[in-house]
Amino acid sequence: MLTVSELTGLLRTSIEEQFSDIWLEGELSNVRAPGSGHIYCTLKDKTSQIRAVLFRSSAVRLRFALQEGMHVIVRGRLTVYELRGEYQIVLDTVEPKGIGALQLAFEQLKERLAAEGLFDQDRKKPLPPFPRTVGVVTSMTGAAVRDILAVLRRRWPALHILIAPVQVQGESAGRQIAEALAALNDWGSVDVIVVGRGGGSLEDLWSFNEEVVVRAIVASHVPVVSAVGHEIDVTLADFAADLRAPTPSAAAEAVVPVLAEVVERLRELTIRTGQVMSRHCAFERQRLDAAIRGVTDLRFRLQDAAQRTDDMVDRLRGIVQHLLVSGRERVHTMQRDLSALNPILVIKQGLATVPQFSKRLEGQMGAILAQHRHRTQAMLAQLNTLSPLAVLGRGYSILHTVPAGQILHRASDVSVGQELEAQLAQGQLTCVVTRVGDDSSV
Amino acid sequence: MAAVKFEQAMARLEAIVGELEKSDLPLDESLKIFEEGIRLSKNCLKVLEEAEHKVEVLVQDKNGKKRIHAFSADDEADAPSA
Repeated sequence: MLTVSELTGLLRTSIEEQFSDIWLEGELSNVRAPGSGHIYCTLKDKTSQIRAVLFRSSAVRLRFALQEGMHVIVRGRLTVYELRGEYQIVLDTVEPKGIGALQLAFEQLKERLAAEGLFDQDRKKPLPPFPRTVGVVTSMTGAAVRDILAVLRRRWPALHILIAPVQVQGESAGRQIAEALAALNDWGSVDVIVVGRGGGSLEDLWSFNEEVVVRAIVASHVPVVSAVGHEIDVTLADFAADLRAPTPSAAAEAVVPVLAEVVERLRELTIRTGQVMSRHCAFERQRLDAAIRGVTDLRFRLQDAAQRTDDMVDRLRGIVQHLLVSGRERVHTMQRDLSALNPILVIKQGLATVPQFSKRLEGQMGAILAQHRHRTQAMLAQLNTLSPLAVLGRGYSILHTVPAGQILHRASDVSVGQELEAQLAQGQLTCVVTRVGDDSSV
Repeated sequence: MAAVKFEQAMARLEAIVGELEKSDLPLDESLKIFEEGIRLSKNCLKVLEEAEHKVEVLVQDKNGKKRIHAFSADDEADAPSA
């Protein structure tokens, strides 16, 4: 009879002896990485699964991140977790299947840092065209430093080179490279930095893929040129650098121009300056000559113009004179025409005829008047013969009442004592009636 | 003269030649920048002639303080092997 613990202990011993070093292939699932630093997961294939643990000591050596569904080849030993009575595999190494662990780590880190924008083109700083001081971060023992120094010296002999020596492979290389980059930045007078190393295996170049190096390059205020390995080797440092040179020698060529060429350029610029200036002077001289000729011409032209002006003034004067004369004539004509129509004259003329008319009128009137007077006298004479007064001349008189003046026809119309007036041919008599007779007595 | 100043001097010199070659400047201004150009080019040449070749190594001493010393063949021997 065994206890559970005894049985579990026996199983554990047995299992650990039998499966002390095994290789296993499977798919990762249920990956968990709690704060302890251990990584727990499950390895499975189509029909089975096994629990796996990657303790911290092994986990830190892992270059890539374990991801769900990742196909891996692991090496480890089996054990029993007695507390739960579960068997599990304690992993020593994990390799991605089909692709190297480094390659996978490279891809994963590249993707992560790219997502952060660390490799963006617009982060890239331009290189100074004429650096005075070039910083070099590389190993003192490699071929790279000799190549770089040789090329720099050949191209630009008068250059200050500041080398920050580092290890370029191994555990601490990445940190050293990052610190050297920071130190050259702090130094202050460095214009451009070359960071790199000669060729090697992917493992050898690995330091230049480390995150700390990438971040140090991105953080550098001084432009950085990377040159890692050979042309075919591309590291994350290359992605982060402001310029990626295929080799250390190429990096040196990229950071400094050829002094002789610059001197030549200077000489050429100086010569061109002089040539252009003397051309300009000659041109200005020609312009001046032309201007002087122009001034002379101008004087002639002015004289000519003055003469022509005089001519024209003369002609104008003639025209104006003519216009004045003809105008004046026209005015006179019009004045004459107008005078004929002058209303005052017309009135005066009219007035002159009035006395003639009145004279003729007077003459005619006299004749008419005489004629009438004549006829009137004739008629008066005729009338006189017919007048009752003419009867009086023959001794008759006319009686009429006083004061009514009524002519008396009948004696009965008056009474005794009545005053009557008698008209004689010459003078009047006032009479008083003393008797009224009858008709028959006459 | 700093690298920046040399760079500026070269750029200015290029600009001056360009401006002069456009030849739309009045003569007196041309003369002025011409003189500036000649002065710049002389200065640039002088800087190039006077600069000296110098290789130094930036190291950290025991106290963590950084200092530089002249580069010599010994440096290669001193350096930790890679």
